[in-house]
Amino acid sequence: MTAGSGWIGEALREHDHGQRPENPDGRPSLPVTDREQQVLDRIDRARRRRPRVREERITMSHGAGGKATQTLIEAVFLDAFRNPLLEPLEDAAELRVPGPRDAPGTGTGTGAGARLALTTDSYVVSPLFFPGGNIGDLAVNGTVNDLSVSGATPMYLTAGFILEEGFPVADLIRLAASMRDAAAAACVSIVTGDTKVVQRGKADGCYINTAGVGVLAGDVSLGVAAARPGDAIIVSGPVGDHGITIMLARGELDIEADVVSDTAPLNGLVADLLAAVPGVRAMRDATRGGVATILNEIARAADVGVLVVEDDIPVRAEVRGACELLGIDPMYVACEGRMVAVVPGESAAAAVRALRAHPLGADAAVIGQVVADQPGMVRLKTSFGGTRIVDLLVGDPLPRIC
Amino acid sequence: MRFVDEFRDADKAHALAAKIAALCEPGRSYKFMEVCGGHTHTIYKHGLEDYLPEAITLVHGPGCPVCVIPMGRVDDAMHLAARPDVIMTSFGDMMRVPGSNGSFFDAKASGTDIRMVYSPLDSLKIARQNPDRQVVFMAIGFETTAPSTAMTMLRAAAEGISNFSVFCNHVTIVPAIKAILDSPDLRLDGFLGPGHVSTVIGCRPYEFIARDYHKPVVVAGFEPLDILQSIYMLLRQLAEGRSAVENQYSRVVPWNGNVVALKAIGETMELRPYFEWRGLGFISHSALRVREKYAAMDAERLFSVPGVRVADPKACQCGEVLKGVLKPWECKVFGTACTPETPIGTCMVSPEGACAAYYNYGRMNRDRVPEAASAGQS
Amino acid sequence: MCLGIPGEVIELHPEQSDLAKVNVSGVKRLINIGLLSDDPPKPGEWVLIHVGFALSKIDEAEAAAAMEFLEGIGQAYEDEIAALRGSLIE
Repeated sequence: MTAGSGWIGEALREHDHGQRPENPDGRPSLPVTDREQQVLDRIDRARRRRPRVREERITMSHGAGGKATQTLIEAVFLDAFRNPLLEPLEDAAELRVPGPRDAPGTGTGTGAGARLALTTDSYVVSPLFFPGGNIGDLAVNGTVNDLSVSGATPMYLTAGFILEEGFPVADLIRLAASMRDAAAAACVSIVTGDTKVVQRGKADGCYINTAGVGVLAGDVSLGVAAARPGDAIIVSGPVGDHGITIMLARGELDIEADVVSDTAPLNGLVADLLAAVPGVRAMRDATRGGVATILNEIARAADVGVLVVEDDIPVRAEVRGACELLGIDPMYVACEGRMVAVVPGESAAAAVRALRAHPLGADAAVIGQVVADQPGMVRLKTSFGGTRIVDLLVGDPLPRIC
Repeated sequence: MRFVDEFRDADKAHALAAKIAALCEPGRSYKFMEVCGGHTHTIYKHGLEDYLPEAITLVHGPGCPVCVIPMGRVDDAMHLAARPDVIMTSFGDMMRVPGSNGSFFDAKASGTDIRMVYSPLDSLKIARQNPDRQVVFMAIGFETTAPSTAMTMLRAAAEGISNFSVFCNHVTIVPAIKAILDSPDLRLDGFLGPGHVSTVIGCRPYEFIARDYHKPVVVAGFEPLDILQSIYMLLRQLAEGRSAVENQYSRVVPWNGNVVALKAIGETMELRPYFEWRGLGFISHSALRVREKYAAMDAERLFSVPGVRVADPKACQCGEVLKGVLKPWECKVFGTACTPETPIGTCMVSPEGACAAYYNYGRMNRDRVPEAASAGQS
Repeated sequence: MCLGIPGEVIELHPEQSDLAKVNVSGVKRLINIGLLSDDPPKPGEWVLIHVGFALSKIDEAEAAAAMEFLEGIGQAYEDEIAALRGSLIE
């Protein structure tokens, strides 16, 4: 990587200005721990600077849901499209649609307008069919879930298909049937769509985009920025099932395991939670980037610290085994039917009870808390009792041998 | 998980922390080098330093085989990968290591056929499946991994596979340790010896450290209790005025190593007269290359590589970090210009590099456990 | 160069004597046991796996000894803490 000399020079100047006056014998006058703290502060400032995409070309990291993805979204898309509805960068955008009796630009419901949630997602998974489901299931459930965790009742979906020349029609029929069944299970309708065909060699068989719209009840207002110290962080079930299933289904790693994707519509589960705990602050759909990414989003958006406990994070034995074998951390592995909820501390028990009463939330657990110290940072208390940071990964967690 | 979970038990950790603290002489500080990148990774991943008193400093050594590859060799690998007839195969660890013109990851984005593999055997499989292409395996690693490369080469030979070759960057650990011992910059009190390298070479090769340099060595496992126990064993040697090689990881490491593995390496590879290590300079007899007998599988002989020596970027202080002279956060560009997203040097890219481990896991205010906080107060 | 994981050998490959199937926490993979040809592992034995090869057998006796040492330290520690607490009861 030809790191432009500009920003290396900048960093060096910053380092030099940050140096305290030296003793006559040449050594800095600060004790070691304070010097380290200076560096940590410098890093914190660097991280809060305006995001910039340094690469000239898109790489797979930009699609992994980690730091590179975030930087791309902020530096390119947010920068270009900037508007108040996009800024929160939540799973769905919250829209107000004025009713016939509302003043223009409002939609408070008094004039029979509506609050809607709108979201979109594209699905490019390979292989298309895998244990536990297929790309069609993901396309419906994923979008339903983005709406649900925003507090909306999902209602209508679009479905756009990009098909590769040569793709078997029988497979397309299977996918459509899956989508029909998934939509029925989620109580949504697919009301419009599009089809394109591209030449052989592109589109990996089939890419699907779905957009979804749902209705927000008048008083529901969720968002990770609302998290505050004392809140509990809950996950609805074991993490990493989907990502590991896909990795193994690709067949390159020669690993057999009894893991299946956790793809599922969460609207029922979410409704139960909101009914039991009206004070839910936020919910997020844990997809690519895994639970770790969401924890970082909470810490960043609300400028709070997050402290989670390794022993409390549910992970299936096989997922753990595959992760250990490959040197991957399950916290970064994608799910497709799990959500993370932030609730006031005193409601944690009620929340977990409500989730566990639902089949999809049988293994729900409190995994940590929002804290006041070290804002912006996610820390993990390891099984071993020590603490470490859980930072955003740059790209996909790569299997390692070291 | 058996043989893993029991060595991550927090209660035993507290007990060991108390024992370690008790062995620390008041007013004395200790510097132990953990040579292996895997140890660095474990220490940070499990927050192990919370259990150690301030008197003990763990210094990270050059045992990260990705970190020590000089930029010139990365460029050579990229040159091989860029050939249209070549499918380059590599472990995940190498994918983001920066050469002069980007990394494997960047090259992949530009259309170069580079594939990630978990095992050299996967690379051989790709060779079988693509008889019209040349499959090159980027072989990295210490003596832990060299036997696997060797066995794969022997298999290829037995099966008569003619389109598989190896770009050999295997390095050996002992010369690096010796370079550290001879370096005037460091005053170390003992070593946490490499764990998995020792399953192959055994424990004898470290005897010179105890005998000639009078430093204790404890061959350590990779679970957090293994490392704590090994530190305890080092302190005990120091307290008793001994310097010897001890094997904490005896459940896995045989004292005499693995003869079959050593034979496989010996059959297919030989020591290079010298090899450049990032940060440590040229070290003699410290790396392996493919033997003449297996020239048909030596990517360096089959294809020409530029072989240019490339100096590290001026701002990069990886060398000093690898020698343990600098802590990661003492490097001038750590965390600002050099981050996991925008790595300048390999210490930040490799998952077990000291800088990456510290940035990703350790970059926080530390709260020591009570046992560790009370050290040196007896 | 370090990522080695313990796995249990479940079965040896019927035709290829240098391959075996191992189980790591429910995950199964075929690995090469050629490096242990001097003393090949049998089903039920545990090996250390690195990049698809078994590097070494896990010596259960040594593992038990290691655990005993750690447990011993743990017990001694607990005894000490108990003694400490006991002595504070005035």
